[in-house]
Amino acid sequence: MSPIGVDEWVARSGDRRQQHSGPLGALSRAYARVNWWQRLLVLAALGVAFGQIGANGFQQIVAFNSVLYAILAVGLNIVVGWAGLLDLGYIAFFGIGAYGYAMFSSHALGSLLTMTGGAELPTIAAVPIVLVFAGLVGMVIGLISLRLGGDYLAIVTLFFGLAFFEFVNNVDQTNLGGNNGIIALLPWHGFGGEIRSTIGYYYVVLIILILLMAALHLLNESRTGRAWRAVRDDELAAEVMTVPVNAVKVMAFSFGAMVAALAGTVFAAQQGNVFPTNFQSPILILIYACLVLGGVGSIGGAVLGGLAVTIVQQMLGSPTDEGYLFYGIILLALFWKVRPWQYLAATLAAIVGFGFAAHAIAGAISRSAIAGPTGSVGWIGSALRHWVVVPVNGETYGNILFVVVVCALIGIIRLRGIVRLVAVVPTIYFAACCWESRLSVDPAITAEIMIGGILVVMMAVRPHGILGTRRVEIV
Amino acid sequence: MQIFIQTLVNGLTTGSLYALIALGYTMVYGVLKLLNFAHGDLFMVGAFIGYFAIGWFGGPTALTIPVPLLVIIMLVIASLGVGGLGVAIERFAYRPLRNAPRIAPLITALGISFVLENAVLLFFGGLTRYYNTPAFIPFSISIHIDGVSIGIVNIIIFAGSIILMLGLTALVNRTVLGKSMRAVASDREAAEMLGINVDRTIAMTFFIGSALAGAAGVMYGLYANQVANLIGFLAGLKAFTAAVVGGIGSIPGAMIGGMFIGLCESFSLSYISTRYGDLFVFAILIAVMLVRPTGIFGQAPLQKV
Repeated sequence: MSPIGVDEWVARSGDRRQQHSGPLGALSRAYARVNWWQRLLVLAALGVAFGQIGANGFQQIVAFNSVLYAILAVGLNIVVGWAGLLDLGYIAFFGIGAYGYAMFSSHALGSLLTMTGGAELPTIAAVPIVLVFAGLVGMVIGLISLRLGGDYLAIVTLFFGLAFFEFVNNVDQTNLGGNNGIIALLPWHGFGGEIRSTIGYYYVVLIILILLMAALHLLNESRTGRAWRAVRDDELAAEVMTVPVNAVKVMAFSFGAMVAALAGTVFAAQQGNVFPTNFQSPILILIYACLVLGGVGSIGGAVLGGLAVTIVQQMLGSPTDEGYLFYGIILLALFWKVRPWQYLAATLAAIVGFGFAAHAIAGAISRSAIAGPTGSVGWIGSALRHWVVVPVNGETYGNILFVVVVCALIGIIRLRGIVRLVAVVPTIYFAACCWESRLSVDPAITAEIMIGGILVVMMAVRPHGILGTRRVEIV
Repeated sequence: MQIFIQTLVNGLTTGSLYALIALGYTMVYGVLKLLNFAHGDLFMVGAFIGYFAIGWFGGPTALTIPVPLLVIIMLVIASLGVGGLGVAIERFAYRPLRNAPRIAPLITALGISFVLENAVLLFFGGLTRYYNTPAFIPFSISIHIDGVSIGIVNIIIFAGSIILMLGLTALVNRTVLGKSMRAVASDREAAEMLGINVDRTIAMTFFIGSALAGAAGVMYGLYANQVANLIGFLAGLKAFTAAVVGGIGSIPGAMIGGMFIGLCESFSLSYISTRYGDLFVFAILIAVMLVRPTGIFGQAPLQKV
């Protein structure tokens, strides 16, 4: 059955009827009362406030990266969310921006050995050149792939992204650095000054993000924005209504490319170097995870997703924070999903009780079964010491538990009512054991699995993301 | 001339592996119109299963069973295991998205691919593992043609993949399952109305496609002698190129396309440039897409309104 239309108003009717109560309801009503521009103002104020509180070096880097990924997600949202084109070469435009910055505003066109010569234009002149170039490349790629239509767009853009990586990775080392990359780039400079501090770059990306959100919001409300959504929802109908389908798509493609390139220039300047591996597909997947989590098609969603995914990903690297993150997410999910509070209390008590029972049984069978070190450090680690079962060499045990937990989670989605609640208890306990014995030991891999998991789970459970608008197809 | 024959042999060997992987891509695309980006990673899982199978039977230097039996067992276990994994992925990740917008299952496929790569990394670590094929299939067993020696492994791979492809062709053209697969591919709703169990057919398609990828993984392990969690990415992409060049959705297209890409790659590595070998393969893809977007055997989709 082919849908004859997509309607957002109908899709929201359920949400309108649903009355939230309690603090969450008050919050959502307050959110609904302020208009878009006021929300943007609040976001900007929060951003500036963060810059003023004197965050430490690690927090500054995390803040910079999360805003950078928010920009990338917003740019991807133009192509994927609004125009509905699956652009798998998006990361290449990020790379073009970074390499373009190295070429035009730094020494990449000169001698890589002495790190002198080259264009070294002031940033204010170099960035527009890079943006125009990226936009043109985007236009060409868009024209090529749109001629083919459908899934071929994904194919051609995917190979464009790979070809970009293959090119910069294998190019002669004396020209663009090859797999050695280009190091010691100049920072953003011009008018006699330059930006060197992380917090300086944080403000740069924050200003870019706010301006970009404002510009894109206006664009989205304009004729072009409506044309994009029309093409996404039904290309044929849009064409019949005289929307210039191909021009509109190429435009979305170019705009996305330019946003990615802009992010690339700041990225290169902040890092002070560019390496081909910065522009490989894991980063692309990360940007997709940001967009999908926040909500495809919504600017606010893209920003929220960018911030959330990046902060989570960076927190996973820190041994003290990752415990808060993991148990915090589990508790939040329980508080959010399990109602009324009697059920919630019973579930929590059951989880704790189940844990002590399992610990006692495992300890009675073998001492070494509970003698392993917990992955968490600090007070979480010592609090859970006598609750989770972590054997001495817990690696294989953790791997098996990981598979068990994944299977259990898939199963739980299918269960309903009280049975589901009962199944949740051992699942959460095993997840905690798995976390302590394996996942927290290799946080980098855990982060990657989590990013992939976000894509899969969100698409199945909530395809419109946290802030996106659900759309129903009217058949 | 020696270099030429050697290049030809290498090209046909890797080409038959690409063809086997490409078959899975193209079959899934045929029934679901889905580009299953996770397919290359299923191939990688197959290679790992083969690696562990060698270990179960005593390791490469002290095998407890005869070598031909070992190879067959490896192929069977890897096919069944990977086939089962493919069916599970279809059941729990793709089936809920049957009626979702086209873009949703593509994003899911990216996620699955990423999860598989990293789950294998979590389980088995990032170290490259070695099949140590020469220890149980010595290089000295080979055929000599014109001063070029063709190893028995190359012959096993070439012959094995030809047998599998012939079997698949017979399955698709001669059996009831094949008939229902073709019916689902050409019009899912009409097939459902005519009483074909669409879910089961799609699951079987996933099983067969993934099983072929698993077998290809074992053959790759025997040939390249090493497995790591990222081998699936590049091999999957090249097979994907092969499927597209041959015409995605077309089974003979995938076979010819796989051989073509294998030969292109090996000749460009031998005669043009070792550095840009992969770039050359991608350039072929872009060129084919521009000249004949539907590939060699593909048919332009009719747009129904």
